[in-house]
Parts: sequence; C-alpha cells; structure tokens
Amino acid sequence: MSKFKFAMYWAGSCGGCEIALLEIQAKIIEVDQNYDVVFWPAAADFKYKDVEGYDDGYIDVCLFNGCIRNSENEHLANLLRAKSKVLVAFGACATMGGIPGLANLSSAQEIKDLVYTQTPSVDNPDKVYPQERFTVPEGELDLPHMYDTVKTLEQTVDVDYFMPGCPPEAHQIAGVLDVVTAALKGEGELPPKGATIGVAPKSCCDECERVKDEKKIAGFRRIWEFFPDREKCLLEQGVICMGPATAAGCGARCTSVGMACRGCYGPPEGVVDQGAKMLSTLASIIDAPDPDEIARIAATVPDPVGTFYRFGLASSLLRRARV
Amino acid sequence: MSDNGFEPRLIGFLCRWCSYNGADLAGTARLKYPPNMVPIKTNCSGRVEPTHIMKAFADGADGVIIAGCHPGDCHYINGNYRTAGRYPLMEKLLEQLGLEHGRVRLEWVSAAEGDKFARVVGEFTEEIRALGPLGWSEQFKDEAAAVAPEAVTA
Ligand code: SF4
Ligand code: SF4
Ligand code: SF4
Repeated sequence: MSKFKFAMYWAGSCGGCEIALLEIQAKIIEVDQNYDVVFWPAAADFKYKDVEGYDDGYIDVCLFNGCIRNSENEHLANLLRAKSKVLVAFGACATMGGIPGLANLSSAQEIKDLVYTQTPSVDNPDKVYPQERFTVPEGELDLPHMYDTVKTLEQTVDVDYFMPGCPPEAHQIAGVLDVVTAALKGEGELPPKGATIGVAPKSCCDECERVKDEKKIAGFRRIWEFFPDREKCLLEQGVICMGPATAAGCGARCTSVGMACRGCYGPPEGVVDQGAKMLSTLASIIDAPDPDEIARIAATVPDPVGTFYRFGLASSLLRRARV
Repeated sequence: MSDNGFEPRLIGFLCRWCSYNGADLAGTARLKYPPNMVPIKTNCSGRVEPTHIMKAFADGADGVIIAGCHPGDCHYINGNYRTAGRYPLMEKLLEQLGLEHGRVRLEWVSAAEGDKFARVVGEFTEEIRALGPLGWSEQFKDEAAAVAPEAVTA
C-alpha cells in the first residue's frame, strides 16, 4: 500500500524539536516505512511552492514546532493547516509560545533597538536597521514582518493536538507516532480532537522521585547558593520548582538530576494559567506567622514572570506585557 | 463624572461572610457610591485566585478589588491570610507585565462596615479613573491585519 504523508515544520523554533524527533532512534526506520516525507525543511529539500501545490488535506500528519513570531510563520501555519489532515502543535513553542514567548515582555521595536544599536558589541553608528523591503537592480527583496506579540499555533489556526515539552521527550514522541500510525492504518482510534497528547495524568511532582514531606518554606534559595539535598523535594528546600504547576510526562527529567523543573510541559489538565497556579502554590507554602511576613518573603522572588511563565507567557491569560 | 467620558469598569470579589454583607448594608443604609463596580460573591477572599484577577483584566476590567474579612475574622480561619500572602507577589508580577501599581486593591471590610465599603468603592473608582483605561485586549487587535498579504512570499 502507498505510504502516508508526513511533514514537519519549524516556525519560530530553535531546532531542538527537530532533533528530538531523531531521538526516537531506531524507531525512525518505522517512520520511514510508514510515511513519505513531503515537507521537512530541516531534513529534506522542499520549497514552500511544493506545499502550495498539494491538494488540501494531502499531508496525513504534520508536526508543527516553533511559535508564530512573524508573517512567514503565520503564512506557513495557514498553509500547513489547509494541507494537513492532522496538525500537531509540537513542543512548548508551538503549544505555549515557549522561550521565544518571553519576547512578549518587549515590543518588536525594543528588541530591534537592543540587537542593532544598544548591544555593547554592536558597531552601528548610522543606526542601520534591516528593512522589510529593499529594491535592488534585480527586483524587490522582502523579509517577513516581525510581530510585536509572539503567538501560539492555536492563536493562529485550528489545531488538532497539542504536544508540550521543550522539546517533547523521545518516549512520548514514539508513543504518539504509534497511536497516529495505527489510526491511519485503521487499527486504532485517534484521541479526541483538541487533546493534549504525549503527557501523563497529574503533575510533574507525581513523577518526581524526590521525597516529599510537608511543604513549608521560610524563604527562597537559588541552586548555586547551597548544596541541595539529593533526595528531598527541591521546593521544600526553598528552590522554586515548577513541578506542582506542570503536567507530568517527561518523567521528571530535571529534578532527577538536581535541577528544578522549569515548567516546559505546560500546565496540568484543568489548570488555566500555569503562572497564576504557581504563584498561589508558592504563596500558600510559605511558613510565616503573619500576612506581612508571608508577603515579605513572597516578594523576594526576583523575576516572577520569567520564572512562572518561562515557557507559557504567550498562552497565559494576559499573554504579554503592556508596552 | 469625568470630562473624557471614561467610566472605569471594576470587578469586586467580595467575601460572602463579611464584605458582601458590608455592601448590602451600604445599600440598605442608602449610602451613595459610584455604580462602576460589578460585585462577585465568593465564599472567601482566599478563594480568589490570581487566575480570576488576570481573567478580569484580560476580559476588559480596568481595576479589581478583593474584599474580605479583617485578619483574625475569617470564617475559614485563615483564608484571608492566604489572600494577603499571594497579593504582593501577584502585584509584582502584574507590574512586570505593565499594569500600574494600584489596579488591584485588597481591602478588609466587615459586615458592619457599610460606610467603609461605600468609601472604598468611591476612592477606588476615582483612582482608576485617574489611571485611565487599561484596554488589555486592544493590544491584540491589529497585528495580523497590519501585514500586507503580498509581503508574504515563499
Ligand atoms: S519547544 Fe524547545 S526545543 Fe522545541 S523549538 Fe521551542 S525552544 Fe526549541
Ligand atoms: S516540587 Fe519539584 S522537587 Fe518537589 S516533588 Fe515536585 S517536582 Fe519534585
Ligand atoms: S522536569 Fe519540568 S522543565 Fe524538566 S523536562 Fe520535565 S517538565 Fe520540562
């Protein structure tokens, strides 16, 4: 029988999600047995116009990683939506904006000013900025328009499935591909549309093997200020760990090697806003006799937005900072 | 009323045991205060999560007030302590996102303090009027429309 059609695309992406797909190791051979790659800029030479030439729904499954940061990202999101039967928002950037979503703390102009004029190592006395359009003898050149606000894939087009993680873990990718392939072959069912896939029930804490006791802390510490106990919950030692506000699925990769969870798997099921959830969790475990003391300790978190919304600012209720 | 016609839209989360009754008392005593605040009855001020406050701003509120029982008087013993503990961290976070200090206000209003309730709502309305409209969702309006379709080529 003919193979299914596979596409993968990077929009506002670091490329890590593309590498993550290869981490399924020998299983990639199964992917090759079942699918023809019809678009995958990181791995094969296809042009946008090839995709434009496909019939709608031609691609069986498209893994879309990266955020929507500029007009080119948006164009490809629309194009791949139309051409794909199953469109998966793949990775933290596509599902929540990811690290690039922190650009929502600034405007596009502020970022350009920083990069092209204010960075100490930049020598640009004439304040030359890249132009979106430029006429050369051969014709007009253009660059994508950079938006002020980083968007998620879902804020741009209709999405079938959401697969969080920065990047998604290999065992979860393998599991998801198995389910999708089986469904395409008629040997299984797809999850309900809109489902978050490649995650586990409950929160990162449920997968974390550190010993949990009563969560009561007297203040916050950073990981380089002391030697954390190897066995005990990091949050109970005063290290801000996003575990309670993060979906399970990675196997608590970070806490098992002594790093606090940064929240890349996004909010657990039922949590609307990951940062808001973490904020109330933190405030409720501070052990102090009166509200003023709780308040004083809580206010010592140096960068609440960058800590609680490291991956999820673009998908949060407020989505960005006012500029 | 203001010259520019701006009427602040305020959301008030009122604890049902104290502040909501304080609001009732202000009403039955026929105290005058501005009509700008939409009251939402909550079981406890501790039940008001940061999520609720952010949702209010995202959906168009210009200011949010959380009113609960005085410290020590909480029906659930320490719900209002939790509110107070969350509040400074949330304020810091909201300020990082560009919301001016003062758009969220925490007040303790007992069931007997109808006059305090009326005064707080009056003061808060004027403070938010001075800050001006927040217009959070306005920021997301015209991005996509700003891009000329021909600017996108393969
Ligand atoms: S989710 Fe992480 S790995 Fe994937 S593109 Fe974004 S930053 Fe890179
Ligand atoms: S808070 Fe962090 S360290 Fe503690 S149990 Fe949860 S994931 Fe593990
Ligand atoms: S522990 Fe947290 S930050 Fe680390 S991989 Fe898992 S979800 Fe992501």
